[in-house]
Amino acid sequence: MSDTPDTPGPPEPPPEPQSSAESGPKIGVDSWVASHGGRSGRSGPIGSISRAWESIPDVARFLAFVAIALSLPFWLLKSEGDLFNFGLFTLLFIGMGLGLNVDVGFAGLLDLGYVAAFGIGGYAYALLSSGYYGIHWPAEVVIPIAMLAAVIPAAVLGFSARRLLGDYLAIVTLFFAEAFLVFTNVSNPTIFGKGITGGANGIPQADPLTFFGYQLTSSKQLYFFLVGAVALVAAALYFANQSRTGRAWRASREDPLAAEVMSIPVNRLKILAFIFSWAVAGLFGAIYVAILTSAVSTNYSIGLLITIYAVIILGGLGSIAGVFVGAIIINCVFVFLEPQTDHPEAKRWIFYGVIILLVATLKPWYKAVVLCVGTIASGFIVHAIVSATAGSAWTSGKTVAGAGWLSHWVVIPKVSHGNVNNLLYIGLVVAVVLVAMLKGWWRIIALGPTIYLAAVVWENVLTENPGVTAFILFGAMLVGLMIKRPQGLLGTARVEIV
Amino acid sequence: MHHLVLFNIIDQIRSLGWPGAFSLLRNGLVLGSLYALIALGYTMVYGILKLLNFAHGDIYMVGAFIGYGVLVAFGGALSPTIPIVPLIILMFAVSMAGSGFLGVAIERVAYRPLRTAPRIAPLISALGVAFFLESSVQLLTNSAHYLYNGYQLGGKNGNFGPLLNPVFTVDGIPVTVVQTLVILTAVALMGVLVYLVYRTKFGKAMRAVAFDREAAAMMGIDTDRIISMTFFIGSVLAGAAGVMYGLYLGDTYFFLGFLFGLKAFTAAVVGGIGSIPGAMLGGILIGLAESFSTGYVGGQWSELVVFGLLIGFLIVRPTGLLGSHAIQKV
Repeated sequence: MSDTPDTPGPPEPPPEPQSSAESGPKIGVDSWVASHGGRSGRSGPIGSISRAWESIPDVARFLAFVAIALSLPFWLLKSEGDLFNFGLFTLLFIGMGLGLNVDVGFAGLLDLGYVAAFGIGGYAYALLSSGYYGIHWPAEVVIPIAMLAAVIPAAVLGFSARRLLGDYLAIVTLFFAEAFLVFTNVSNPTIFGKGITGGANGIPQADPLTFFGYQLTSSKQLYFFLVGAVALVAAALYFANQSRTGRAWRASREDPLAAEVMSIPVNRLKILAFIFSWAVAGLFGAIYVAILTSAVSTNYSIGLLITIYAVIILGGLGSIAGVFVGAIIINCVFVFLEPQTDHPEAKRWIFYGVIILLVATLKPWYKAVVLCVGTIASGFIVHAIVSATAGSAWTSGKTVAGAGWLSHWVVIPKVSHGNVNNLLYIGLVVAVVLVAMLKGWWRIIALGPTIYLAAVVWENVLTENPGVTAFILFGAMLVGLMIKRPQGLLGTARVEIV
Repeated sequence: MHHLVLFNIIDQIRSLGWPGAFSLLRNGLVLGSLYALIALGYTMVYGILKLLNFAHGDIYMVGAFIGYGVLVAFGGALSPTIPIVPLIILMFAVSMAGSGFLGVAIERVAYRPLRTAPRIAPLISALGVAFFLESSVQLLTNSAHYLYNGYQLGGKNGNFGPLLNPVFTVDGIPVTVVQTLVILTAVALMGVLVYLVYRTKFGKAMRAVAFDREAAAMMGIDTDRIISMTFFIGSVLAGAAGVMYGLYLGDTYFFLGFLFGLKAFTAAVVGGIGSIPGAMLGGILIGLAESFSTGYVGGQWSELVVFGLLIGFLIVRPTGLLGSHAIQKV
């Protein structure tokens, strides 16, 4: 690693095509698996970044994260708002992702009830440390109780899921999350003279976090506390994953039947993974409520679940570092898409950045060039046709937040037409479906106008509805990642050998 | 505490009496036929791909919206521009076709590339599709509720329309036209489905693919086509259920499909996943359970009752009522 900077780090560099043709398939390695691993490891700039990443030792990465995170409030996130929106919420997403990564990533259980654990921890904190029942216990007592409260249903669900295959587990946990929402929002049984969950209003006025008489109130204090909590949990889960238990989780994830035959107690490990996950969820759920000062059931909807899934799948299932990367990206997307943001131009860079990145990964290079030319040309053609036939009122609109030159390329009507916008959006979805069905050069040719249509929809429709847009993107991203790169940015590729 | 709840329920049963019980039975049957129609889509897809299609509930929601779109295109419920019988038939036809093609497109784009992927991949993809559909409809409809106003369909000056006329009454409890329509249409569609699956060549191929995809492919069956057709049929049924829901309960919005789909999947599990008669039976059972728990325990608990039923079934009889116990060969 020290002699030349351009030597690739990992031990299995992609073999040259001609040498592999000479030597034939490697002995002891399934040739298809090897080629699959080679292909996915090599793919584009993401592959080279992740290779460089893998050559850094884990401890160095961890220390770098802690050092950078501790210094951030002094140079990048100076304002209170930025520290709250970017700092605290990224750390909360990391915490949630770390928990979900245990049962989905390490143990391979599709847990869709995770937000319920997050909510249970939150409600436990709000009930035991607020004016609602007049109980004001300190955080060092309440947080373990919150974790315990989240662990008990995990054990029960894990136990009932002993005999269940993956999909049944998914539906049971999903239903559990939904039942939790219904219970907190609608059922709200009366205990000690008050509805125990506060119904739709939730439980207001939770106390700030108070450890041994020391109160954390400002964003900065909470930020440093959360950095510590996240680092601690990440380290604990790292060691859990490196341990015997972690190996057993991986074994039962890859092939439960073979693991069972190897006398690994698969069912007990499933329950254990659940307990680990939901305990972490309970911890960060309590902290979340303490930061927001209220527990409201609408916060624990399926939207949050999808967001956390987007975090861990973008980062790479089973990768702890991936959770950090995924959380940073997802939270930045969220904050930049918000209607009242300090960085309104960032919305545009997210969109065009992703498009350019995707086009750049296209191989061979002349296809990417053809696609670029096609996209730009179709933009000017459509713009000219619309302004010539429909009049300038259809093309003289302004883009949201700067970049006025874009309105010479993207068609932006002066007045927003709801029905036209809806038709454009539906048209975009249909176009994407058609592109997915085409092959070879036809796909490249059809892709240009489709990207242009996406740009029109983005400027006219999606930037106007930022909250929904984030979730549309996350949903589409899950599908796209599963098809193109199921291991995410930093995960390891998995191949199922049948 | 438990005794108290039990006494409450008994009191409730006494005070509602037979007419109350009959109206709950009626509501349960109507709701159950909707669940059964959606559960069929789940169970067919699960049977053939071993995939839990989370997006199925949202296809049903889109179906309800397509039906609404047709209704509005012909003047809406208050002043329809064509007679109501062809209008309703048109709503069903367009919605069923639209949902069917939506289902095929979803399978093509989101599931087909993942045939050989590890099992968690298509599940997450399905989750993504479900959320994409929900958010897209939320974007297109501005999160608004849309009212079918089916009860006014064909009524003069906005009065109750013929859909609310009683077909017959039992001890003073009417069974209306729309309720009869829902149950009869569901039964008819299921009849067509049973004929299709058990009496035609296509059905034989479909059962073969569900039994063993690779072996079926070796026997010359175009498995991709059969899978597409399965998605099409399941989604057609969901679209029909969407229109029925709209005409019967009259309110559609973007989040409609999620919980309804979840309960329908529960119905498929209770009936035995992969079993077509099981899905029908499970749907009716879940409908009845929800209706009776709403009447006797209280509406705010009905979801939890259904959830308890799911957990109970999975623990006591994971294969469901009519499911066969699959032996895993290695």
